Amino acid sequence: MWTIFRKELSDHFTSTRFLITFALILMVAAVTTYTAATNLRQALEGVAKPSHVFLLLFTTSGQLFSLAQFNAFFGPLIGIILGFDAINRERNDNTLSKLISQPIFRDAVINGKFLAGVTTIALMLSSMVLLITGLGLLSVGVVPGGDEAGRLAVYLFVSIAYVSFWMGLAILFSILFRSLATSALAAVALWIFFSFFIGFAASLVAGAIAPVDNPRDPRQVVANRNAEDAASLASPVVLYSQATSTILDPFRRTRQNLTMVGPMERFSMERFRNPLPLDQSILVVVPYLTLMIGLTVVCFGLSYVIFMRQEVRST
Amino acid sequence: MAAVIETQGLTRRYGRFTAVDVLTFQVQEGDVFGFLGPNGAGKTTTLLMLLGLTEPTSGSARVLGFDPVRQPLEIKRQVGYLPENVGFYDELTARENLDYVARLNQLPAGVADRNIATALGQVGLTEVGNKRVGQFSRGMRQRLGLAELLIKDPKLIFLDEPTLGLDPDGINKILDLILSLSRDRGITVVLSSHLLDQVQRTCSRIGIMMKGRMVATGTIGELARRKSGPDEAGETLEQIYMRYFQEA
Repeated sequence: MWTIFRKELSDHFTSTRFLITFALILMVAAVTTYTAATNLRQALEGVAKPSHVFLLLFTTSGQLFSLAQFNAFFGPLIGIILGFDAINRERNDNTLSKLISQPIFRDAVINGKFLAGVTTIALMLSSMVLLITGLGLLSVGVVPGGDEAGRLAVYLFVSIAYVSFWMGLAILFSILFRSLATSALAAVALWIFFSFFIGFAASLVAGAIAPVDNPRDPRQVVANRNAEDAASLASPVVLYSQATSTILDPFRRTRQNLTMVGPMERFSMERFRNPLPLDQSILVVVPYLTLMIGLTVVCFGLSYVIFMRQEVRST
Repeated sequence: MAAVIETQGLTRRYGRFTAVDVLTFQVQEGDVFGFLGPNGAGKTTTLLMLLGLTEPTSGSARVLGFDPVRQPLEIKRQVGYLPENVGFYDELTARENLDYVARLNQLPAGVADRNIATALGQVGLTEVGNKRVGQFSRGMRQRLGLAELLIKDPKLIFLDEPTLGLDPDGINKILDLILSLSRDRGITVVLSSHLLDQVQRTCSRIGIMMKGRMVATGTIGELARRKSGPDEAGETLEQIYMRYFQEA
């Protein structure tokens, strides 16, 4: 399995598409950090005692979007690019039947590919976060404290799980579909649906489960909102953005939006604007993380079972 | 002489379609066994079952004394399989492709280098060893496929249509290579094909498969005598084959 792992890894790192996406992402990251840093300086002027300045690099939107948002949108693309042709390219090139007629277990192929993909993702995202940290140090001049570094580490971990999920999905499609184009398009279609249309879908579902007959009745409105939130959690994109915004913004102590919070609670939030300690933030995030890793495992498990049962013919 | 391959009532069904139907045959050590039959007769399915890549619906097989269902790794360590359309990683060089296979076979680095050099020499690709496989012609790819089998120093090789789509010169090179492997290294060869004159030239024993069944096995002389009487021992394989084909 480690032989396959090593080959896949070197394939990833030498492939043109990897270099192009990586360059693109680093470039966007650098630009976003730069604009965020510029805005940061203006925003912080006159604030007496700013805290967690460093994390603002990731959450402040520069011109268009913050870095965290960018990752939520384009992370899936990295995963899809790494995984969409994992199995069906070998099948189309007739290398699969040769590969499994070597003295290896069949699951070594898929395990090796999956691990190589996750390693690539981990290296890619870590280098990106480190690069931004460096840029941030240079442009803002704030050194991240232990708490902030811990938050960044958790953020990195969640991001790796998130992108790995998309890669797992893409590998699953590459097993199901013989054609490279079909598997790529299917993965991209799901990505677009979960990123852009999940909001409509969730409100439709919420309207069906908990209809609001009387907009003045708070119970109905709340039930409707609850249903909508629950439905939109079906999207890994939503899961990821909620989890990361909690971890990157220590002042957020609930994952619910403000309409859900009662007036007294809101008052106390305004009154005591103290950051949540890291372990408490993590506590809020753990269910999300579990769900995301669970989704990844489901994708991998399905790929594994289908691949092991699939007939291997050279023609 | 021991039986290298032995099957007992080997059967494989896909839904209602029976690809291989109660197949029982043997291949002896040192044979060049010609595996004949029309397209879709079940030759490839049989080879895949012998390698443990497809599970038989019923029946059993022994390859080099191992059971393909239970001990596929032992078989795959000593058996080379050249599929019908052999594929390579086009962006890698010939040597890198072979090196990958050597590592998948867990050959020690020194042994692997030596075997790769020998194998490339044997198939006549030493000069182009560092070229990308994407630039290779069909004949070169086919010979590289043979080299890939040789680096693991196999006892038995399965060749599925090794001469398909080659020019006459390429065909001759491949067939000479196969013969020399059998003669000099004592490798048992199972050669599936439907190009009968080639089979006649290279194979010591023949098995004819029709619709999933083995209808005849033996040397060409034996087959001719059995089918057409003692006077017809000089018949070509093509004439014999057509008689079986019309019967089936």
